Amino acid sequence: MKDKSSDVKKVTGRPDLRLLSLGMYCPGCHYGIITRVICEVIEELGVAGKAIGLAGVGCSFGGAPMTIDIDWTSCPHGRAPAMATAIKRIYPDAMVLTVQGDGDLGAIGLGCFMNALVRGENLTTIFLNNAVYGTTGGQMAPTTLLGMKTTTTPLGRDIQTNGYPLHVPELAATMRGVAYAARCTVHTPANFQKAKKSLKTAIQKQIDGIGYGIVEFVSACPPGWGLKPLECLDYISERMLEEYPLGEFKNVDKTD
Amino acid sequence: MTERILVAGNNAVARGAIQAGCKYFFGYPITPQSEIPEYMSKELPKIGGIYVQSESESGSIYMVYGGGLTGKRIMTSTSSPGLSLMAEGLSYLAEQEIPAVIVDVVRMGPGIGTGGQGAQTDYLQVTKGCGHGGYHAIVLAPASGQEIFDLMQLAFYLADKYRGPVMVITDFILGQTEEPIELRTLDFGPLPEKEWALTGKEKRGGKRVTHVAAFFTYQGILNYQMKLIEKYAEIKRTEVRYEKYLADDCDLLIVAYGSSARIARGAVDMGRANGLKLGLFRPITLWPFPVEAIAEGASKAGRVLVVEDSQGQLVEDVEASVKGRVPVHLLGMWGRHNVGGGGIIHPERVIEEVEKLNEG
Repeated sequence: MKDKSSDVKKVTGRPDLRLLSLGMYCPGCHYGIITRVICEVIEELGVAGKAIGLAGVGCSFGGAPMTIDIDWTSCPHGRAPAMATAIKRIYPDAMVLTVQGDGDLGAIGLGCFMNALVRGENLTTIFLNNAVYGTTGGQMAPTTLLGMKTTTTPLGRDIQTNGYPLHVPELAATMRGVAYAARCTVHTPANFQKAKKSLKTAIQKQIDGIGYGIVEFVSACPPGWGLKPLECLDYISERMLEEYPLGEFKNVDKTD
Repeated sequence: MTERILVAGNNAVARGAIQAGCKYFFGYPITPQSEIPEYMSKELPKIGGIYVQSESESGSIYMVYGGGLTGKRIMTSTSSPGLSLMAEGLSYLAEQEIPAVIVDVVRMGPGIGTGGQGAQTDYLQVTKGCGHGGYHAIVLAPASGQEIFDLMQLAFYLADKYRGPVMVITDFILGQTEEPIELRTLDFGPLPEKEWALTGKEKRGGKRVTHVAAFFTYQGILNYQMKLIEKYAEIKRTEVRYEKYLADDCDLLIVAYGSSARIARGAVDMGRANGLKLGLFRPITLWPFPVEAIAEGASKAGRVLVVEDSQGQLVEDVEASVKGRVPVHLLGMWGRHNVGGGGIIHPERVIEEVEKLNEG
């Protein structure tokens, strides 16, 4: 039998940086796909050796350090931007990345995040928005949609009691030290490719010393939403993207 | 010859840190410690270091945490309410075993207190682990400008040696009083390489380092707790520091730390000149606390007077050390010469208290 192995060309596969760890995520969670985005972007930019990741608290916390083969630290709730600030100031050549959920960045850590932007730090933040606190059991997050039922908004989020959904990249785009702010999803293959491009741009801004880059990933939490994985895809298209439009809110080559 | 200069205690903190090789300071202004970040913001850039002013003491302690992860010598300083904000981070530094030096220039509390007055009202906060979960930080309590300068160097050494936060506690009086200090470099011996430092894996031949929650990395939560328990036991065995002054031949042992110990020393001299057989025991490490040495000294003297500028905090550890074998008295902040408007405890007031005790 003729050996055909030399004819086989690898067109896809597990990224080298993706560690063979146990599955950290629930069925239908998008964090595994986002992990792939992060791995592929870091590999394509060739910065794995100088990458230092900081994982916030929540589902991002256990997952990222266990699945991506770079230096990592986990961080207390919401404090990743302060910790990243020190690391980047001490090692300006490192590629410093925070991965933070909506509760971590948008609620308990919003002040910490905003002050990193005020200082004009040269960092990259991946903001995972699934509209609920996943790890603690599906409670309301700052990004929970109006009317959305969670375990702490049993009748649905209402403005009077719980205020309005938070728009992080739009907010970040108003800050002078921010070089890049975008929102993406990975719920379709086309969007996966766009998400990769966004994250690559954000990290490139850091490498070039231009300024802070923020990329929000609108993503699904099937148990938190009480929906099946496929239903979540429709929920993203029909509900989440209505509140959280995709796109670039800032993309500049100079921050002053 | 080593240079001698006249500086305030807060300046000695900053100079001591730089002498120890600290080039990274993350801080936030608060009275009465603001001279420390001010000095660092001016001096660190000159030696290739970095000063970052955070948005709060919470920001400071997490910059310290991130900075400590790089393996460099890192510090912050604050005063009492700021330390409360840092409490969460201190717990994480202990859990993740990140070396860092935290200076508390105590102001009177609780609450907002007042930055323009001395006090020793943070003893319980610094010695009992002010964050959650049950941990310890070594706490060094200097009593002079020179000792501040020296103990800052020791603090960085101990932080590296035991991998964790080390606290240096001074107060308004020590921080603002100018005293001569000798700019000497102290050598405490070699330290292990920081193989755990986050640098990016290319600097380690592609082998990555991760710092994740302890319950992920240890085989079982008890193993992780046991590691800390054993470390703290080792520190208690080897790092207890104290100073005795005429304490082996006294019939009343005064126990005091920091600025109160300076005052108490004056009282001992004053008392001795007037036929009172007083002695002083000064804890230098507030944690680990010199339990056995105090118990021994107390038994010899037969009675103890704790002098501290607080509501009575150190006295709890002294009582726990003495275990009821001899009477323990307390002269607290009510002994100030002007309680309504501030004031300090004068040596004369200590003597007055001794005479009251002598009269029974």
